[in-house]
Amino acid sequence: MIYLRLFFAFFQIGLFSFGGGYAAVPLIQSQIVEANHWLEMSQFADLITIAEMTPGPIAVNSATFVGQQIAGLPGALVCTLGCILPSFIIVLILSFLYMKYRSLRTMQGVLTGLRPAIVAMIGSAGLSLLLLALFNASLFELQLGDFRVVEGVLFCICLFLLRKFKVGPIPIIFGSGVVGTIAYLIIGK
Amino acid sequence: MSENSNESNLSSLTSAQVYWKLFTITLTLSACTFGGGFVIISMMKQKFVQKLQWLGDDEMLDMTAIAQSSPGALGVNIAIVVGYRLKRFWGAVVSTLGAVIPPLVIISIISVFYNQFKDNSVIAIALQVMRAGVAAVIFDVVIDLAKNIIKTKSVLWICLMIAAFVATCFFKVSAIIIILVCGLIGLAHVKAEDVKEGRR
Repeated sequence: MIYLRLFFAFFQIGLFSFGGGYAAVPLIQSQIVEANHWLEMSQFADLITIAEMTPGPIAVNSATFVGQQIAGLPGALVCTLGCILPSFIIVLILSFLYMKYRSLRTMQGVLTGLRPAIVAMIGSAGLSLLLLALFNASLFELQLGDFRVVEGVLFCICLFLLRKFKVGPIPIIFGSGVVGTIAYLIIGK
Repeated sequence: MSENSNESNLSSLTSAQVYWKLFTITLTLSACTFGGGFVIISMMKQKFVQKLQWLGDDEMLDMTAIAQSSPGALGVNIAIVVGYRLKRFWGAVVSTLGAVIPPLVIISIISVFYNQFKDNSVIAIALQVMRAGVAAVIFDVVIDLAKNIIKTKSVLWICLMIAAFVATCFFKVSAIIIILVCGLIGLAHVKAEDVKEGRR
């Protein structure tokens, strides 16, 4: 029953993606690419690119995209529901407790422990995406000869613009798309 | 900024009006906000605290903490808390719908186009080169986050970060296991601090 499997995959993503935004990326990758093989790594990279360029949280965007690809609109609805249901329940419980007790020290303690882990996992997801961009390969099948110069230069320029001038993510991604495509069309490969 | 003024601003409206406003505000914010949960939170603060005065400043901060303490997307979580605070369960349902409908519609449409265009060579090149941009965006975020961890100057957190990176990157340990283990370490840490302070 594909709907049930989609639902539980995204229920887990929703349940364990602490920290919001990019924190969900490694979880989505492990569920969608590694555990269930619903998308290939290159499709997953496209998904993250699309999710980044459109409004809405990455987890919800991915849920809709994967659901739509695997099982059409009902799939998209099932995945999205699975993805937000855990946080809906937990946020309601916490809001209820907050209005009763207004102290979240234990929860803050857990969060403090999670923060370094989340940073590490986002870094790891970023690295695998970078390797895919630069070598079209993962860490274990990397060959230095496959290095793509255009993407390498683009990455450095983008990172520089982001760090130095605080350019927003949307112009960066669109810009790299336009500049890179033109570069490839000129080089002719 | 008294609680009373917030309540009176709210009670001058009918329930239906509050639900409708809640829905339209979360819907427009979710549809127009690029760049993650914190952007949505600041825009919600601007709407609900400054403009409508339905919520107080401190309340908004506490709600942000709740949204952050829960798993899931920050932008959706904050909508759930605000909805619950204003209209309890059904308020939460209404604001969640508002937050989720825009990405659901937009991505569904894009997903259909993706299948038609992914084999087009120019689109394929564009999607491929944009990965470099996405990777740069993620690295930018990671650099800021890692700086925050290093700034704590706590050996425990810095080592935990490195260990978690090695575990995910080189040993393919599942994210769920890492989250559970690190959450427990955080819990043990705060309990240990409580015990220490209790003795003092």
